[in-house]
Amino acid sequence: MKTESTLEKVFNAGHIAVTGECGPPRGALPDKVREKAELLRGYVDSVNITDNQTAMVRMSSFAASLILKQMDMQPVLQMVCRDRNRLGMQSEIIGAYSHGINTMLCLSGDHCKFGDHPMAKGVYDLDSVQLIQTVRKMRDEGKFQGGADILNAPKMFIGAAANPFADPFELRVARLAKKVRAGVDFIQTQCIFNIDKFETWMKGVRERGLDKEVYIMAGVTPIKSVGAARYMKNRVPGMDVPDHIVERMAKTPKDKQAQEGIDICVESIQRILSIEGVAGIHIMAIEWESAVPEIVKRSGLYPRPQV
Amino acid sequence: MITAERKPLAEIIDCIGENRRILLVGCNECVTVCAAGGRKEVATLASALQMNSMRHGKTLDIREMTLERQCDPEYVEQLAPFIDQADVIVSMACGCGVQEVVRRFRNKRIYPAVNTKFMGASEGPGVWAERCHGCGNCLLGLTGGICPIARCSKSLMNGPCGGSSKGKCEIGSDVDCVWQLIWDRLKELGIEDQYENVIMAKDWSTERGGGPRKIVREDLA
Repeated sequence: MKTESTLEKVFNAGHIAVTGECGPPRGALPDKVREKAELLRGYVDSVNITDNQTAMVRMSSFAASLILKQMDMQPVLQMVCRDRNRLGMQSEIIGAYSHGINTMLCLSGDHCKFGDHPMAKGVYDLDSVQLIQTVRKMRDEGKFQGGADILNAPKMFIGAAANPFADPFELRVARLAKKVRAGVDFIQTQCIFNIDKFETWMKGVRERGLDKEVYIMAGVTPIKSVGAARYMKNRVPGMDVPDHIVERMAKTPKDKQAQEGIDICVESIQRILSIEGVAGIHIMAIEWESAVPEIVKRSGLYPRPQV
Repeated sequence: MITAERKPLAEIIDCIGENRRILLVGCNECVTVCAAGGRKEVATLASALQMNSMRHGKTLDIREMTLERQCDPEYVEQLAPFIDQADVIVSMACGCGVQEVVRRFRNKRIYPAVNTKFMGASEGPGVWAERCHGCGNCLLGLTGGICPIARCSKSLMNGPCGGSSKGKCEIGSDVDCVWQLIWDRLKELGIEDQYENVIMAKDWSTERGGGPRKIVREDLA
């Protein structure tokens, strides 16, 4: 074991891990964080706390992660390269670890253009691969990126994202290999709707033995409506929603679409879990945390192990 | 080359204000090539300013000059005989040219008439695109000769991110994903395995991280 991370303990004990997601509010609303987290309690091992997702200003990931810690829940601190330089990132990591936050996810971050401050200057001092290297160096060598010693180095369990649906597809296994080389411990993928393509990617992952070097969590999202399905298909870069999913939602009566979305999600998880090399499921029920308990139970992933 | 675009006429008129004697200075280098601030654009702007002024019942005294290189003191010196006869200087050079004029003629207001954009190349008639960020430590040797610092929207050195789609960047279908271009290039050269070498965190002290930059060549001083 490299860390005290609950997520690492779950993997290490050979369980299929389950993580959820909580987007912090756009205001000083700590109760909102508590309310969302409470819906996930007991159904996931850890909860990703997003970092200004879609480049919209929100309560910081660190602050919302701290609220989860105070609730005796386990946050995954997300950190994007867009908003901070390496000084800001490393100080945040030390600060978070000082409050018992020991699991994080290293991301590039959506471009500022998509958010509510398109006039902002993106930082990108480091990229996500270099951030992984930085966090690993802090943990394993006890050194800052700049080389100086850290007093009581933070021991973070290090995650990163992978998107098997972005282009060029043939590079996507190599990109995972690069993150593994940089020192990542676990991966959460982009939402999987095109399971055939995910299987092809996983085959490439297994051929290189990468599934033995990193825990791969498959990302899933329940779709709430046919409108949401169309939006993700057409408007979200790097998302692959096959026509059959959109059609299935479209022919479902409007008042039953949310249930259909949960059914699709559960069916997807069941199929994904049969794919060799998948170590966990990451459920991104965006602004729909209440869907998670049913999804986890029906997927046979409840109760969560005590580690 | 350094690219530029002329500012909107209204903004230039606003800068000039009530001043009547104007020294309008172009440059015969980059801004000529990108048709923003060469002799021709100086003449066009002079006409536009004059016409606008005449509509308000006044005439301007505009002296048009286009220097060989406005970023070079020996050419800037050519303005000396005309400075006293001008209320303001309007420069159509890049920001380097504007500031070189300022360095020589300290007691005269100067206004830029162009927005300096980027270091780029011409992709076709009327199209220029960014190519170089001037980071001060070139990594083109690692990326198949295509720059991710200047041409990736996030300057990712180990891209592409998850937003690359059909060869285009997530920010818009008119922007190429540079990591798609780099990958294609590495494959053409049969060296795609190089992709997996992690490019280490960059030392930005050679870029703006180190403050304003200067080159001093003792052998030429």
